[in-house]
Amino acid sequence: MEKFSSHTGIGVPLRRSNVDTDQIIPAVYLKRVTRDGFEDGLFSAWRNDPEFVLNNPVYAAGSVLVAGPDFGTGSSREHAVWALQNYGFKAVISSRFADIFRSNSGKAGLLAAQVDEKVVQRLWDYLDATPGAAVTVDLESRTVRAGAGEDAIEDSFDIDDYTRWRLLEGLDDVGITLSHADDITAYEALRPSWKPATLHG
Amino acid sequence: MGKTLSEKVWDEHVVRSHAGEPDLLFIDLHLIHEVTSPQAFDGLRIAGRAVRRPDLTLATEDHNVPTLDWDKPIADPVSRTQVETLRKNAQEFGVRLHPLGDIEQGIVHVVGPQLGLTQPGMTIVCGDSHTSTHGAFGAIAFGIGTSEVEHVLATQTLMQAKPKTMAVTINGSLPPGVTAKDMVLTLITHTGTGGGQGYIVEYRGQAIEELSVEGRMTVCNMSIEWGAKAGLIAPDQMTFDYIEGRAEAPKGADWDAAVEHWKTLVTDADAEFDAEIVLDASEMTPFVTWGTNPGQGVPLGGSVPDPAEFEDAQDRVAAEKALLYMGLEAGTPMREVKVDTVFVGSCTNGRIEDLRLAAKIIEGHTVDADTRLLVVPGSVRVRMQAESEGLDVIFKEAGAEWRGAGCSMCLGMNPDTLEPGERSASTSNRNFEGRQGKGGRTHLVSIPVAAATAIRGTLSSPADLEA
Ligand code: SF4
Repeated sequence: MEKFSSHTGIGVPLRRSNVDTDQIIPAVYLKRVTRDGFEDGLFSAWRNDPEFVLNNPVYAAGSVLVAGPDFGTGSSREHAVWALQNYGFKAVISSRFADIFRSNSGKAGLLAAQVDEKVVQRLWDYLDATPGAAVTVDLESRTVRAGAGEDAIEDSFDIDDYTRWRLLEGLDDVGITLSHADDITAYEALRPSWKPATLHG
Repeated sequence: MGKTLSEKVWDEHVVRSHAGEPDLLFIDLHLIHEVTSPQAFDGLRIAGRAVRRPDLTLATEDHNVPTLDWDKPIADPVSRTQVETLRKNAQEFGVRLHPLGDIEQGIVHVVGPQLGLTQPGMTIVCGDSHTSTHGAFGAIAFGIGTSEVEHVLATQTLMQAKPKTMAVTINGSLPPGVTAKDMVLTLITHTGTGGGQGYIVEYRGQAIEELSVEGRMTVCNMSIEWGAKAGLIAPDQMTFDYIEGRAEAPKGADWDAAVEHWKTLVTDADAEFDAEIVLDASEMTPFVTWGTNPGQGVPLGGSVPDPAEFEDAQDRVAAEKALLYMGLEAGTPMREVKVDTVFVGSCTNGRIEDLRLAAKIIEGHTVDADTRLLVVPGSVRVRMQAESEGLDVIFKEAGAEWRGAGCSMCLGMNPDTLEPGERSASTSNRNFEGRQGKGGRTHLVSIPVAAATAIRGTLSSPADLEA
């Protein structure tokens, strides 16, 4: 997993609440055998609507999703996080996330930044007024920033300390275990030679 | 205080232990199949990681391979994609694979012991809940999810909180004609499907010691059906004899060193279990399920229960639902239940001893005109061994279908499925709604009951054939 300290990218205003994982990625896409390529199924039902925000070329390179409350409810599928990442999103900002989605995000390296509802509203208004504008999510200082001058938006976001640490260090579960690689190697050195192996020579 | 068998095996595999954190356990053998591994390999690829110990990893194709025309390309596109993906991943990551057509191909839990890779005192995992089968050799073996598969591939370890221990002591001897399958079905009905939750279970007592190694595998296989994390049995001379001479068994001085260690793998006399269940094998009879979970069973001589007689309200509702799904009337003698299909196979009962026993009962009889009998060996080796003993001829002459190796109708991922409303007597391990095909109705049975049922067309035991 890549280390995440701060990210600045095009903000995408998703003016919807209760976006469940079936809407993020419908079940028909789950038969895949890979963890990538899910971007074509992302918000698939809405992509048919020419007015849908991601159909606006301005947002083609969007990387910070700003969504309404209760984002990621529904089934536990890890694919919802993969689909957002595959599309290019690095962070999702919302006033409330479903627990499983938040935990899946932390494991996979997608930043789920929880902010006050008013902040979402201000970001939406700003992004609608200046389509393609950038939003910054700074994990070091736990702040979101957008715009400049008098109307600049700057506010804090919530994320639990453990997930923040893992993201800052770029550690997934495997990464954490690999940080104990010396222990594993030491254990391996002491294994009896008669233990079976599937490959020889 | 002494240690239980599972504590000894566990402690031997702790790589790192830290207060407040789960133990980091070393994994001796990681088994892989086509259904639960694709995203795990993809995770490695995305992170740029390798398989840490390809030499402790083995892959086989089993869950959705066809048991007919297995030399032709797989017809179903989803199954074909999964199988092809496994082949690609095995090659890219250097993992040994036994594909369709290979002599070592078969159900992952049949292949491990058959190769001699499953040995006492090991930790064995697989992205499949019936990994508990390998516990029959005195190993800690359990199923894991896809993210854990990735974790084991990358690190050869798993983070695990230490489960509690339970002893299941089965005293006495099984009466003739009563098998390991009846024993475990009786146990599951006794405990309910959640009775083993949170425990590593050690099966012990005279009746367990008297089981063959393959019978012990049948018992351990179904540990997960009553919720246990894993089930294991102390290895003994019978275990050592079963392993000796197999392709991957230790040889020469290694063999002696291994056996010396394996002999220490018993629960100490002064060790304490967190819980214990005691059963008497001499009272056991052929046992069948009537419902839609493995804990809903009765003796074959019994009747479909009346939901009204269940004391627990939840059990009552579950029984009502199950009878509706199963199309059964309370009070119907189990022996009068008519069966459309008999399935002999799976990692529970698809080994050579199972096929020998089935053939012995079927020999000289014909399969009932309204019943189909599907015999699916657990592995290619089992199929070849059966054919060298002429068992296939016995099955075919009786009117049975003799198939290629795989999971087949155990879970109906390949074309071997029940039609809606069709009823089966199955030697597999799960009778969940739709498990063997949408709307299919499953009765879990032992090998002798399956064979006799195929001949008579209704749930039967071999004793009924003589009447
Ligand atoms: S035979 Fe059935 S239970 Fe065994 S591994 Fe295959 S699908 Fe699972």
